[in-house]
Amino acid sequence: MTPRTAPPATHPAVSPDASWDDLVAAALLGTERRTPPVTPRPGQDAAAALLDAAALSTVRRRAGLRPAPARPAPAPAPADPRPALPPAARSRLTMLLADRSAPGRGSPRSAPDLAELLPQWLALANHHGYRAPDALLPALLDAARARTDLRPEALTLGGPRALWLARLNGEWKFALRGGAGRATLPPEDTGPAAGPGGDGRSDTQRLWEEGLFAERVSLLAAARHHDPAAGLALLSGTWATERAEDRLMFLDSLRDDLSPSDEPFLEQALADRSRNVRATAAELLSALPGSALAARMAGRTRGCVSLTGAGRIAVEAPGACDSAMQRDGIVTKPPSGRGERSWWLGQLVEATPLDRWTEWFGGLDAAAIVALPVADGWQADLHAAWCRAAVRQRSAEWSRALLGAPALPPSPGDAAPAAWRDPARLLSALPPEERAGWVAEFIASHGLSDAFRLLGVCAVPWAEPLGRAVVDALDIARDAGSYPWSFSGVMGLAERCLDPGQADRLEVLTAIPDEDEDTAPGAGGYWSEAFQRLVGTLRLRETIRAELTPPGP
Amino acid sequence: MNPQGERWTAEQVLALAPDAASRTAGGRLAAAAPWSGAGARDGGVWGLCAGSGSTPYRTVVDLDGPGYQCSCPSRKFPCKHALGLLLLWASGSGEVPDGGEPPEWAGDWLTERRRRAAGGPGLRAAPGPAGNGDAEAGHGDAEAGRRRPGGGADPEAVRHRAERRARRIAAGASELERRLTDLLRDGLAAADRAGFGAWDETAARMIDAQAPGLEARVRELAAIPSSGAGWPSRLLEECALAHLLDQGFLHIDTLSEELAATTRARIGVTLPVAELLASAEPVRDRWLVLGRQDGTDGRLTTRRVWLRGEHTGRMALLLSFGAGGQSPEPALPTGLRLDADLVYYPSARPLRAALAERHPTPADAGSEGLVPPGTGVETALAAYGEALARDPWLEGWPVVLAGVTPVPGTEDAGWQLADPATGLALPVDPRCAGRTDLWRLLATAGGGPVTVFGECGHRGFAPVTTWDPEPVPLTATATATTSQGGRR
Repeated sequence: MTPRTAPPATHPAVSPDASWDDLVAAALLGTERRTPPVTPRPGQDAAAALLDAAALSTVRRRAGLRPAPARPAPAPAPADPRPALPPAARSRLTMLLADRSAPGRGSPRSAPDLAELLPQWLALANHHGYRAPDALLPALLDAARARTDLRPEALTLGGPRALWLARLNGEWKFALRGGAGRATLPPEDTGPAAGPGGDGRSDTQRLWEEGLFAERVSLLAAARHHDPAAGLALLSGTWATERAEDRLMFLDSLRDDLSPSDEPFLEQALADRSRNVRATAAELLSALPGSALAARMAGRTRGCVSLTGAGRIAVEAPGACDSAMQRDGIVTKPPSGRGERSWWLGQLVEATPLDRWTEWFGGLDAAAIVALPVADGWQADLHAAWCRAAVRQRSAEWSRALLGAPALPPSPGDAAPAAWRDPARLLSALPPEERAGWVAEFIASHGLSDAFRLLGVCAVPWAEPLGRAVVDALDIARDAGSYPWSFSGVMGLAERCLDPGQADRLEVLTAIPDEDEDTAPGAGGYWSEAFQRLVGTLRLRETIRAELTPPGP
Repeated sequence: MNPQGERWTAEQVLALAPDAASRTAGGRLAAAAPWSGAGARDGGVWGLCAGSGSTPYRTVVDLDGPGYQCSCPSRKFPCKHALGLLLLWASGSGEVPDGGEPPEWAGDWLTERRRRAAGGPGLRAAPGPAGNGDAEAGHGDAEAGRRRPGGGADPEAVRHRAERRARRIAAGASELERRLTDLLRDGLAAADRAGFGAWDETAARMIDAQAPGLEARVRELAAIPSSGAGWPSRLLEECALAHLLDQGFLHIDTLSEELAATTRARIGVTLPVAELLASAEPVRDRWLVLGRQDGTDGRLTTRRVWLRGEHTGRMALLLSFGAGGQSPEPALPTGLRLDADLVYYPSARPLRAALAERHPTPADAGSEGLVPPGTGVETALAAYGEALARDPWLEGWPVVLAGVTPVPGTEDAGWQLADPATGLALPVDPRCAGRTDLWRLLATAGGGPVTVFGECGHRGFAPVTTWDPEPVPLTATATATTSQGGRR
């Protein structure tokens, strides 16, 4: 605001030419040292007269304030055609976000941890295709800033307006850096017809060429999901001009919707200037069992591994890593402590299509091949490489074979099976029900202590019999007299992943059991609180689900 | 939005929370799990909430008022159980069914409460503490409320007390005058060196003089020299306004009745609410709640609720106080329209009012548009200027701005509310930086024009509410200790 420039009204006490600055100057020095530009009333001293004049001037200036010239406003946020949340879901989101900013001070241990429900809430809202309420965008961005695991879902829900807002506030820069949610294609983009720009480019094309990196990453993912070939065309159009780190990110985003038609492009990328780009291209090609790279790898492996007449697998690891192998992504130098030859063998086997083994070994299936003895102590290397291949090629059959029976105790004398070093990744290749079944059986025989990572890869909500197995194991742990916080990780997972329908069955566990001499002192009360919290969280999740109904037509 | 009939919204319930922690805790309890035997009938809501003990807490709420009763030991009011119960009821998910018979403990309390309400005007009239004309002297106000004499005081003694207080205030005002003229004689430059000590002593004298309004001004004067560039100009302004207030009180007999009332209110002399209700003419209107702002200094929560009459177009400010974690009454959620009698405190430019009586809301309430009509930036400044001509101590005047676009601040310029049609803008009050969610305002606007309610003053515009078209509150609870100038 600016003071009005109109001449001040005359007043007997103030000299007509006395400006506010003159009054301030006189006041700073003091009326003892400088005679102020005011005329005191009879009997009034100069200081009081200066205060009179200053009061008059202050009120006059305040009353006469004028608007300031407007600075340019930011360009309007792009439209977001997604539907708005139902009111109940909107207030729920307000609560979940508020809980994050005021973490449960003084709240009882038996109350649900709302912040932990935010990821699920966001995923469900995105599943239904809602957009975030505009007024909650700052809180949503703050939440995503503090928790990287929230970012993809939070930015998806936030949509174009969240990115618009993030561009105006340095605190939310992270949103512009990539991994920014799942974009939808520009709505008008129905084909390669001229967009509104009139320069023959479609909106997708324009956004791809001019957008921020984050927008481009999500645009590529959306385009690939919609039409893999069109997405690839988008990328190959500008590939030569992209920076190396961007090429790597774009290449990595092809992973989800990889198809055989991507092979020529990936083969070309094997000659990229950047080593990381080359390695990623090789990895992606090896996940395509029909690719030329996979065939070349299989050829090399065939020369190293064979089935002897005695039904043993014989291994002759490669003696050199030539330039053709290097071009196909084989890393020459092993990590310290590993022999070169076994390192190269591992990479070859990992990139070899798994169905070749059946072909080579006289029609044996995966389970039979895994059961074959391996000569000269190569079993660990070979099985570990099969595990990586099964994960990369998403082979349920091989994962199943390598995992074996969950009840199998890790054999004490023998080295543990290679699969057991990281069963969670192999489990991911199995269909969800089978995964849940395997983990349920694992928990039934081994308890909860090693179950955390396995539970983490199971689909939410947990399918039966998994939920029952977890609850039974918790019940057993309670009866054994341990404290619940020894199981806080699994308990937290259970709150987020158990089927809300289990709540009624769990209700009985919230009672405080009688203490006997075996139990830790007070443990019963803590278990009761923990189960109360579990039941409360399940009920809350049920409510959340009921509030977040799919949008109407 | 009828408090007796329909279910409330979660927003309305959360508005009752005394602080953010209660809001969160209440939100946690808004699930069916801990509740049993819950029900609602005839404006009463009740339920049993399982806590850490063996006996569940008995929670009952009377929606009329509202009033709360809970067997938990919490000193917060309403407690988280009451909030959780109301949220659960508001969600309408069937966990709190309508129409059941209340259990005896709930029924008895509700009956007793209604009986007392019917007996006296107390509960419906929602008497706030007596107060002065603005929040500038919040403390004195609440203290005055606690000291409010009982009904049967001897009029002679009351007059005697008032005269004695007037003499004390006059002595305080004279002392402050001496302090100010000394300062101007020695020069403001000396104030920078003198530090806080001298002002502290003067502030203590103003407490002795029972002039909390002067005390608040003195504390602000003490803080100005350390408030950054341009402080001499600000210090002279505030010295001059303090001087004006001193002179006003010392010559109060020569002022018009309204200006004298304004002066007394600014000094911190409060009019007991019972006296106010008895003496002034009520204004009946359909009042729209435009916004709310809570401030706290740790001990006392000050709540400001702004209303605008739909027929009279008059602005009103309801000021209430809550001590020790209690939520100030009344808790009127933003966006509510209430048919009520308000009584304005006497002033040259009346704004502060007391809620005298609420009338039952007609059934068609809430059917009209949510976004209130507003004015442009020039009219807003003119409204402040016009009000300032009557009350020279006014810091700001409540205004609804329409069609303004928020412009975010840069490194060397503050936020603005710009009117793209005229190319004119109001700067956002720089004191909003830490306590108003300007980003929420920007997010809601999305680069386009919005309607914003707030206070327009000489520092700029302080936003309180915007609409999307539901009301979007922009203010968090302000903590008084850090704000520039130490204003409460």
